[in-house]
This record gives sequence, C-alpha cells and structure tokens, in this order.
Amino acid sequence: MAALNLKGITKIYPHSGDQKKAKKKKGEPEKKTNLQVTDQGVVAVQSFNLDIADKEFIVLVGPSGCGKSTTLRMVAGLEEISGGELYIDGKLVNDVEPKNRNIAMVFQSYALYPHMTVYENMAFPLKLRKTPKEEIDRRVKEAAAILDITQYLDRKPKALSGGQRQRVAIGRAIVREPKVLLMDEPLSNLDAKLRNQMRAEIIKLRQKINTTFIYVTHDQTEAMTLGDRIVIMKDGFIQQIGTPQEVFDHPANLFVSGFIGMPQMNYFNAKLVNEGGKYAVSVENCKVVLSEEKQKNLAAHNAAPQDITLGVRPSHMVLARQPGNTLSATIDVSELMGSEVHFHANANGKDVVVIVPTMNADGERIDSFHAGDKLNLTFSGNVCHIFGKDGRNLEF
Amino acid sequence: MKNSSLEASQKRMTILTYVVLIAAALLMVFPFIWMILTSFKTVAESNATPPVIFPSAFRWENFRDAVTSLPFIKLYINTALMIFFRVICAVAFSSMAGYAFAMLEFRGKKLLFGIVLMQMSLPSQIFIIPQYQMVAHMGLANTIFALVFPGIVSAFGVFFLRQTYMGIPKEIGEAAYLDGCTQWQTFYKVMFPLTGTSVAALTIFTAVFAYSDLMWPLVVNSDLNMMTLSSGLATLRGQFSTNFPVLMAGSLLAMLPMVVLYLIFQKQFIEGIASTGGK
Repeated sequence: MAALNLKGITKIYPHSGDQKKAKKKKGEPEKKTNLQVTDQGVVAVQSFNLDIADKEFIVLVGPSGCGKSTTLRMVAGLEEISGGELYIDGKLVNDVEPKNRNIAMVFQSYALYPHMTVYENMAFPLKLRKTPKEEIDRRVKEAAAILDITQYLDRKPKALSGGQRQRVAIGRAIVREPKVLLMDEPLSNLDAKLRNQMRAEIIKLRQKINTTFIYVTHDQTEAMTLGDRIVIMKDGFIQQIGTPQEVFDHPANLFVSGFIGMPQMNYFNAKLVNEGGKYAVSVENCKVVLSEEKQKNLAAHNAAPQDITLGVRPSHMVLARQPGNTLSATIDVSELMGSEVHFHANANGKDVVVIVPTMNADGERIDSFHAGDKLNLTFSGNVCHIFGKDGRNLEF
Repeated sequence: MKNSSLEASQKRMTILTYVVLIAAALLMVFPFIWMILTSFKTVAESNATPPVIFPSAFRWENFRDAVTSLPFIKLYINTALMIFFRVICAVAFSSMAGYAFAMLEFRGKKLLFGIVLMQMSLPSQIFIIPQYQMVAHMGLANTIFALVFPGIVSAFGVFFLRQTYMGIPKEIGEAAYLDGCTQWQTFYKVMFPLTGTSVAALTIFTAVFAYSDLMWPLVVNSDLNMMTLSSGLATLRGQFSTNFPVLMAGSLLAMLPMVVLYLIFQKQFIEGIASTGGK
C-alpha cells in the first residue's frame, strides 16, 4: 500500500559508441521511431507526471516503444531515472536500491527460477529477507491458496502450463506483501482464452490484496477492464490520463480516440459550423447539431468554425430508415457476430465500420444486409468527437 | 512396382551406411587393438618386419616392467590433482567472467572480451615459454601448481559460458535483483545453477584436455615424481631404441581410469562434447 508521485520523470538512453560514430559520419542518427533524439541521447520517456493514490490500479497503455515499460522499470529501479523525481509514500526514491523500495514485479516472461520448485520460487524473496521459516511457510501457502496453485507447490516451473506459471510469478510477487505491485504485460504470453480468464483472476486478486498496482499493457481491453485510471502513452509522452469511461467518451486527441475502442473510431473530413450560436458538424449532406454539453465545452474554448476531423465510434453510428440528413455508404463486407453485425462500408471513399444489433427495438432483423447494399448512416450530437487540424479534441 | 524399387534403393542405402560406419569404427578402434596386442608382445615381435599381429604368448611381465619403471601411483595422483584443480579453476573463473561479460555493463567490456577471443584464436604452444618463465620465476616448477597453471583461466570456458549466460532471459536476473539479491547472490543462487549442462560440458572438456596434455607437463615438471601420466609415459621412449611392449602396457594402464570414467559417465560425456561443438 503506497501512494506514488512521479514528477517530471524522464528517461534518456545515451547514444552508444556506434551511434555516435554514425552521427559524426552522417550528421544525423538513423531514426527508427518517433522518439525525440537529443545530443544526450534518445528520449524514451518525457516529463511523465502522475500521482497514484494508495491502492489505486493504474494501467499504462500504448503501442510498442511508447515508453510504458521503461516508466515501469524506472519505478522498479531497474532503469536509472534521467530526470525528475519519484516518490513512494512521500519519500524520494530515485537513488534507492530496488530491494529497498518494497516493490514487486511480475514479468511478461514469468521469470521464474527454473531450478527451484514453485514453493522455493515463492519462498525465495522471503528467505533473502531472513524471514522465519514458519512465517515463510504461512505466507507461501496463503498466497498459493489465493492463486489456487497449492497442488503445484512441489513442481518445477517447466511442469506447469503458461497460466499456472504466471500465477506462480504473481504468487512470488505477493508473498512479500509489497507496497506496489508492478506488472509488465503479464498476460501477453497467454492464449486468448487463458488471457480472459487470468484477467478476471487479476480483478479478483486485487480485491483480495491491499496494494497499489501499476500495470503495463498494449491491450486496450486489459486497460479498460482492469484500470481505475488509464495512462495512454505515445512516443514517450502521456497523451491522456483518465478513467476508462472518460478516455472512451472524451478522448483528448486523435491518437487516443483511435487507440481506445475496438473496432477503431470512424473519421470523416467535416466542418464545424456555428449557426445562431449553436455549434453543428456538417459532413457531406449530413448536418448534426451538437449536444448541450458539447456546445458548452466548445463555447468555453471559443472554438471557431473550421475544418475538422469528425470521429464517431462504430457502435454510435445509426442506420436511418430513409435517406435525407444522412451519410450514404455502400457495404463492402458484412460480418455477423451473433448479437450484432459489423458492416465495413465505403462512405464517399472513406472506410467506415458500423456496428448494429442484429435485431432492432421493433424486433426487426437487420442481418439481411449484404455486400453492395446501400446504407443511410447518421449519428447523434452527443457521441461525435471534434478534432482540430493539430489532432487535439476541440472540447479540451 | 515403384514401391519395390524405392524399398530396394532404401535397402542399398542402409547397407552402404553400415559399411561406411563399420569401416570408420574399425579405423578408430585399430590403434587401441594394436596397443593391446603390442603390450603382450616381445620387443622383437613389436619391431618385426613384416609386422606380427598377434603375440606368440601373453607376456604379463611387460605390465610388471611398466609399473616398476615408472612411479605409477604418483603419476595417477598428479594427473588426478591436475585435472581436479584445472576443472575447479576453469569452472569458477569462466563462470564468473562469462556472467560478467554476458550480464553486466562495465567500461572496457568489449575490449576485454576481444582479448579473450584473441587468446582463443592463438595456438596455446606460443604461450608455453612465457608461462614457463613465469612459473620458474615464482620458483614453482616441479609442483602441482605448475601443472595447473596454464589451465587456471580458460578463454574457451569464458566464451562458452558467456554464450550460455546470454541465452538466459535477462528478466530472471532482474527478478532476483528485485527479490532482494545482491549481484553476487544473483550469480550464485540464481544464474549459476541454470548453467548446469554447460558447466558439465566444460568440466568434461577441461578434464579430457588436461588428461591428454603432454607438452606443458613435459616442459614444466622434469622430476619424474611430479609428472603426469602422459609425460611420465613419454620418458619410456629411449633416444635410440624404445621398448614398445612396455610403453604400450604403460599406456594401457594410464588409459584405464579414463575408460572407466567414460563408461560411467558415457551419456554426460557425449552430451558434453556435443554441446561444446568440440568434435
């Protein structure tokens, strides 16, 4: 149990000798990512500011190379912090050894000790701390019971399945009763079914142990289902921090809107217009007046009429009965998913995904649409997202 | 029709494989058989032209002569001690250096590893004179230490175990570090036990090399009581004539412990040689 404060945390990987030579030769080092490259090196994490409350479950999410694992490793003490301050329970820990930070970490590859049994693996950190034998036995058995691995205590890791190994790794982390439990993509090595199961296990685990969690993943489903708050990162920068619902409903920018939500949000080139003091968006023949909340937000930021990127989630697109104030689209592919149908359609050259229930409120079946059929699409003024030319949500 | 011709060609291939393998096996085993047969011959039989294959009688006195002309017990002990200390040193130092090269970051790492690689690529004979001078200056010639000296650090062992440590996921070391291990504890409690197969291979490789090492023991220890089996046997060769039956009898006696060890540890021996890529 601990509160964490990350203040302006920065990580710069210095140029290696080879890179320096290359820089001398060519003038500029070869760029493989969008990370900022300075004279000091490659900036993997920049000005990371976050206050994590005691017992909070924070999820760091983002694409590969966004700096989420680096941030986690800096919290763990496995990476040196290049700039900024890290506080655990109000104590500056930048230069504190990992073993003295009272944190535990679960790795993607489990990182179990192959030559030790499950019991020995879990007892190892306690033995190092010279915990009395009876206490070790009690804590290991307690953790094993929580994780339902009691029957495997005498086995070696190689005799366990992926899911069981990950439980042991979690067990080894929780026997220490750490202040902060760090998890670095712990479910990535599991198959889809096991991943869903383990996700539920982690939610249950969280209810059983009182600790602060920091969880790194690139899977938005894990982020949405596990986190109290999500931190979305890209190219070393925080893009948005918020509850899962907040980031889903109010994405701060185009990147967040595209990263969170499956299938991805639909985007249209549109215009933001202001008619009689009322904001509306206009796409082709379709003009939709925005909701009161959006009117207020836009007015608060003095949003001027302009060309915008309009975002509407596939599940927020609605099939209109008649053409009129609608977007017309032609179905390319229709995917029947059981309770809903995913239409991949073409709206004036733009790919659009529309999710509709197979049966509407009147009991009418909608799964009779096929490739080539015309759709009339619309959306309401409270579910669309308005992004300016710089990709920023104009409501923010 | 097609099936029967396929079967016939497969059969021919199998027969050919067996013929080649049996011929190769005979070629390999022939020197051993010749050594055993010669150890029972008379000097005249061993030098006869055309060669006499089978001895006219089994002359066990050749073995008696070999044992009386050399201090065999001492040679066995010296050889065993040399192998023991060379193995201990090679495993200990190669493990530590291999771990450092694979897992730690330090200034000059690339340069130092380059030196290790360079030492590996040079023939060991070129080091004999400087090594002899070092031992002689220390006043340690004609000692067990002198026999062990060139094997204290094994460049091959460092390289081999570095590769092994590089194959271990870094996360295991990091997990140990987070669990509260110091760097030394991470090495000996977590990482070293994971290199068991490679350490066994290095042990076998070092032991075989030390056992068959002739040149260095011959150079550094001139006292017969401080010689190894290989160098001791070499003294049985005369300048003008050699009593081959006694030499072969002695060689057979020198071989016995290694043959017994091989029969006991056959599986590990083969795995070890296979994993070092030695042969």
